Amino acid sequence: MEANAIAYLAAGIGSGLVIIGAGLGIGKLAAATMDATGRQPEAAGQARTSMIIAAALIEGVTFFALAICIILATK
Amino acid sequence: MLADTLKHAAEAVSDTVRAAVSHGAPEQSEKFEFSHLLAHMRNSSEIEFPGGHFELPHIPPLHLGGLTLDLSITKHVFFMLLSALILVLVAVYAARKNRRSRVPTGLGNLVEIFVIFMRDEIALPTMGKAGLRYLPYLLSTFFFILIMNLFGLVPYGATSTSNVSVTAALAFIAFVMIQVAAIRAQGVKHYVAHLTGGLHWMFWPIMIPVEVLGLFTKPFALCMRLFANMNGGHIVLLALIGLIFLFRSLIIAPVSVLFSVGISALELFVALLQAYIFTILTALFMGFGIHGEGHEEETDHAH
Repeated sequence: MEANAIAYLAAGIGSGLVIIGAGLGIGKLAAATMDATGRQPEAAGQARTSMIIAAALIEGVTFFALAICIILATK
Repeated sequence: MLADTLKHAAEAVSDTVRAAVSHGAPEQSEKFEFSHLLAHMRNSSEIEFPGGHFELPHIPPLHLGGLTLDLSITKHVFFMLLSALILVLVAVYAARKNRRSRVPTGLGNLVEIFVIFMRDEIALPTMGKAGLRYLPYLLSTFFFILIMNLFGLVPYGATSTSNVSVTAALAFIAFVMIQVAAIRAQGVKHYVAHLTGGLHWMFWPIMIPVEVLGLFTKPFALCMRLFANMNGGHIVLLALIGLIFLFRSLIIAPVSVLFSVGISALELFVALLQAYIFTILTALFMGFGIHGEGHEEETDHAH
């Protein structure tokens, strides 16, 4: 296999792994938020705000890794 | 560099799809050029209208020492200026209207809703009373990014925030404001003392570079998050619409267009969300600077 092929393969596998990580993380986060909302509906607003902030932080790291994958696929 | 990588990314996507499709089917006659579709995402020195296109003025580059600055107005700069102009007009008009009458009406009412939302949900919970001083900056950030993001969804518009230089500039300003907030609240000595982390002086050569690096990663993450979010929606749209041209059949068109409508709705949500996230993270980091990390936030506002 030539270098280009390996780079494309790595980019693809890398993207998949990144998305698995992000999906699992944000899924756990959403589950915890729903638990908290179920236990104490008055705190739902606060929980929702914190959930959105944490989800955005996780997605920020995701996109950084995706940018690296794109660079791999094109250089 | 990044524009070239995106172009190659699109070509890579198209090549793989084409290889999957023509496996057994007769060879396609010529390779479709994605460069015209990509030109909508990239920066260019002309703006398109329904009638034709308009060449933007080209300012000759300035040479400052070893640096060459090319300050000519491009599409993204034009839309940045347009967003700033709209923001200033709306804000000044609303402020003037609110000053005249006791009860806000019309546009003044709408702007007041946003301002109160920012004050009660973003500035006060994260920074406390001291945060009211930074409320104008937070408001400017939020609305500027929001208007720039929304311009990308309008036909013949372009997202300035999909340019990494624009988001880097916004993140740099956020970085400066975070340091200003921290220094103003703690004093310069205390602020520098925080960089050492309160450990024995033997650890300083390790702690100080790590802490300084930590200072820079947060705004860098802000920059990359906004940039990648704004670009991602456009890349997906590019791939979907490009599929129509790739297959050259009419059957694909309704499916593709329906998916594109769905993705555009998602992009609208993401535009709002990313502006909100940028603002609240900046406020959060400023709050950390003012109160010190690990401090519990006040949650005594009514919901």
